[in-house]
Amino acid sequence: MTRFKGRVRVMPRAGLLDPQGTAVAHALGALGFAQVGDVRVGRTLEVLIEANSEPEVRDRLRDMCDRLLANPVTEDYTIDTVEAVT
Amino acid sequence: MKVGIVRFPGSNRDREALHAVQDAGHDASLIWHRSTDLEGADLLILPGGFSYGDYLRPGAIARFSPVMQAVTKHAAAGRPVLGICNGFQILCEANLLPGQLVRNASLAFVSKMVSVRVESDATPFTAGYRVGQELRLPVAHGDGRYVADDPTLDRLERDGRVVFRYVPQSPNGAMHDIAGITNEGHNVVGLMPHPECAVDALTGSADGAAMFAPAALAAAL
Repeated sequence: MTRFKGRVRVMPRAGLLDPQGTAVAHALGALGFAQVGDVRVGRTLEVLIEANSEPEVRDRLRDMCDRLLANPVTEDYTIDTVEAVT
Repeated sequence: MKVGIVRFPGSNRDREALHAVQDAGHDASLIWHRSTDLEGADLLILPGGFSYGDYLRPGAIARFSPVMQAVTKHAAAGRPVLGICNGFQILCEANLLPGQLVRNASLAFVSKMVSVRVESDATPFTAGYRVGQELRLPVAHGDGRYVADDPTLDRLERDGRVVFRYVPQSPNGAMHDIAGITNEGHNVVGLMPHPECAVDALTGSADGAAMFAPAALAAAL
């Protein structure tokens, strides 16, 4: 068994109103970042997990996302990275 | 009738719910979320609050509490379940009701009296109202914006499963101004406003009292 760190990104579904993103975009505009268009706010989760292989980690992370980490009604998830840690 | 009120860590207004059902003449008890025994309850209420601190998403962690298996079984048997505020969020996360409740469009926590229109009297909790009746009920939530995909919204509207709608508009940006819905069996109802806090004119409204009235509830069993 190897210890892995998986990084999962959960974002509000495209097209769904993201009031936090809108508020951050307005604040950036007020700070003078005039070029800022759309901002969306999601979350990143880092999960430490023991497994035999990277594909196994990805499978387990997908299962975790489907059952708990993301809500399929409003959120999409991406497994960004899976790396062995020592 | 025996009413069970499920308490999660972080529940609130659970005692208001207890008083509301006791004032209506029911036997009622509080059921701890780690219990797997509903103590013979005919009807369940999942109260408001911030179970598990709303961590991850409101209701996301509470739905895995041991008691939820019994709640799911109770609902599947066609017996009445009412989810109020956080209870509504938990029922959605548990897939006992469709859709989800997300951050208010304004990002502000809203705590005030609102008006909702009764859209269906075909549930155990609304049999004491008439369709079109407007109720004054308090809301207190930061994540009350009801969202669902278009096919789900179409189905809810077509099948008369929107139970309460904010009038003249929602305080949170809810799709179709939805304040409460029911499941396919019409035995599970979730709503964001707090009927248990509107059972006595002294607190500003008694419009919620009929939701706990024994005759209507008994007829539903």
